[in-house]
Amino acid sequence: MSFVFYVLAAMTLAGALAAVLLKNLVHCALSLTVAFAGLALLFLELGAQFVAFVQILVYVGAVAILVVFAILLTRSAETPKAGGVFSRTWLAGLSVAAAVFAVLGWAVLESTPWLPQTTEAPAADVEQIGEALMSRYVLPLEIVALLLTAALIGAVIVAMHEKEGAQ
Amino acid sequence: MIGSASPLAGYLLVAALMFAIGLAGALTRRNAILVLIGIELMLNAANLNLIAFWRYGPHPEALTGMMFAIFSIAVAAAEAAVGLGLVIQIHRHAKTTDVDQMNRMKG
Repeated sequence: MSFVFYVLAAMTLAGALAAVLLKNLVHCALSLTVAFAGLALLFLELGAQFVAFVQILVYVGAVAILVVFAILLTRSAETPKAGGVFSRTWLAGLSVAAAVFAVLGWAVLESTPWLPQTTEAPAADVEQIGEALMSRYVLPLEIVALLLTAALIGAVIVAMHEKEGAQ
Repeated sequence: MIGSASPLAGYLLVAALMFAIGLAGALTRRNAILVLIGIELMLNAANLNLIAFWRYGPHPEALTGMMFAIFSIAVAAAEAAVGLGLVIQIHRHAKTTDVDQMNRMKG
């Protein structure tokens, strides 16, 4: 366990915590970006350079911007209403999340003796990944391309503004 | 205890904590966009698990975990686009993004 890991983990978790706790939605989106960037750095620490850059491109570059756009487009005048930002049943939701974390953490700590010890970092350069994507994983790649096309066209159609009385 | 053990356990604990944070956000926030943010955090926690197991598991040269993570990122991006489009359309229609008030299927 290196010092770098602790710093990156603290940054990622602090960003995630701020993203779900803060009151202002724009602050939430910015904290989410911090969490995504911290995760990309954790991927780099794990030796997965390609996934780290994909994470930065897709999450920090696209999803975070999309979230900011959605927040600004749906901002209504009556944002801070009575009842706060948390749902009426927040206690039940928090208990479920705490129970899930308890089970996951218990499972990880129980299995610690059987987890593999440190090995030398495996090499995964872009050439290998490209070869794998074009040979063994070519069918999933095509399906994901189709899914992305369909989903993005669908998202545009769903979010498109229909004018009253337009044909 | 964790410091002396495999570094994989540390990554798994971070991912579990991140998943729990995302789940708590998705279950307790009233704004639909914050619910989507919680779901994104959960998906990212799963990606961290996949990459950590790829790094420390057997046969990393097969790149299986990494491919899973790449495809999962692509699917999550599609999910985010469709989900946020739906939230924008619901806001336009019902003038609210509060999931507690979205209780009718009929317009």
